[in-house]
Amino acid sequence: MIIPHPHLGPRDACEFVYKGDAELVFRPERVAPVDYDTFHNYLYLRQNPAGAHKELWYHEYGDRSWLVVTRNTQTHEILKVEFASEYLSGQKDRKSNV
Amino acid sequence: MKYSAAKIFLEGLFGNRGWGKAWREPEPKKNYDVIIIGGGGHGLSTAYYLSNVYNIRNVAVLEKGWLGSGNIGRNTTIIRSNYLLPENEPFYEFSLKLWEGLEQDTNYNSMVSQRGVINIFHSDPQRDAFVRRGNAMLLSGADADLLDENALRKLCPYLDFENARFPVKGALMQKRGGTVRHDAVAWGYARGADMKGVDIIQNCNVEGFIIKNGVCSGVRTSKGDIRAKKVASCVAGSSSQVMSTAGIRLPIESHVLQAFVSEGLKPILDNVITFGAGHFYVSQSDKGGLVFGGDLDGYNSYAQRGNLPVVEDVCEGGMAIMPMIGRARLLRMWGGVMDMSMDGSPFIDRTHIDGLYFNGGWCYGGFKATPASGYCYAHLLATDSPHPVARGYKLDRFRTGSLIDEKGVGAQPNLH
Repeated sequence: MIIPHPHLGPRDACEFVYKGDAELVFRPERVAPVDYDTFHNYLYLRQNPAGAHKELWYHEYGDRSWLVVTRNTQTHEILKVEFASEYLSGQKDRKSNV
Repeated sequence: MKYSAAKIFLEGLFGNRGWGKAWREPEPKKNYDVIIIGGGGHGLSTAYYLSNVYNIRNVAVLEKGWLGSGNIGRNTTIIRSNYLLPENEPFYEFSLKLWEGLEQDTNYNSMVSQRGVINIFHSDPQRDAFVRRGNAMLLSGADADLLDENALRKLCPYLDFENARFPVKGALMQKRGGTVRHDAVAWGYARGADMKGVDIIQNCNVEGFIIKNGVCSGVRTSKGDIRAKKVASCVAGSSSQVMSTAGIRLPIESHVLQAFVSEGLKPILDNVITFGAGHFYVSQSDKGGLVFGGDLDGYNSYAQRGNLPVVEDVCEGGMAIMPMIGRARLLRMWGGVMDMSMDGSPFIDRTHIDGLYFNGGWCYGGFKATPASGYCYAHLLATDSPHPVARGYKLDRFRTGSLIDEKGVGAQPNLH
């Protein structure tokens, strides 16, 4: 797979470390008393879609940026690539969906 | 029809015209006691033990493609019970014991070959870890032998003992481990279940569940609605897809794992060799091909095919430990979709919906578990309580903190 990096152009997926579902950026607020269900759902449960999947890739052997890659899990086609920081700031009002 | 040597002889005399079909092709009835979703190894094994051990025979197995078209036909056929944790080892040892009697139980030649599984170690700390694992195996009634370098040299003289990065210092061997003809496992279980009246319905896609007031009473399929007292999902690889139709999110990611076969060679490999440090495992099939595999590709995928960097990585692993295979050509490669769970261990449990049961999360260890998975799932379906050796495989274990993490890498499915 080739991942088109927003700054560095097409890069081999081998340069990246895969972290998983990009939902992980929407960490729930810490509340007291500790809400086990919320954190359990955040850490352990996954939508795991067959089709478009937003996921975190870390460019370890490159500029060490975190990317949010939208990729089709049935065809491996890459549909969109953006910096995780930009993705997060674009969805500032979004809370965790768990 | 019972298969036997006498039957083969008789059929030979009369032109082999008397062999019937191994199982029927029925249309679905309106009602069943149990519906099993997924006609793969685990689903068929569940149907077999339900009908043969627990005497529940009004059962349907619904398969969206053809029987045994998933991971039972895509694995590297290795059986073993060399786990460490107390939630796992008794279960896999139970499975290995079922493998040992499988052909007699099902009256079907599944070519169970206990050729021995050899796990190589390279350093003193790794040897100590293997000794601990071997002791854990012995405590659960399994067999384990520690081989020093000389013993291993006699058994596998072709290994690269002087490898600079991973010098071979010895191995942990399980002599009762080995390989099985994987497709025949599915066929044997299918035939055995069918003979007891289980309906195996192929090309029947489950599109959703019939759930009312928190009770599941059947499934919606491409062949219409089918009712059942109990519905059992057994579709590892696609678990998230099937269970999402019931509104259930699982602690599972789907990942692709590749496997490989070389061209046919003369007999060179007597055992199963696993090189954990380079993540490479290999055996030789009866046709002569080297059957081998390695790591996951590492990203979510439902594609049943992987990418080339992992092909290179796996072949490098093979070359590192067995340089002699360098001239062998790769004949075939393929991918299978794994339910990778959050702690590397599976699930056999009820769900919060009454009448809906779940079996999945087998990561890439599902094949060796086929008999015990089916047996324990059948036990759960028949008695509504977990089988003693499968008590740990609960769906809510992440909520309660009872994780079964053999590798200790945490909630990162692609590392298990």
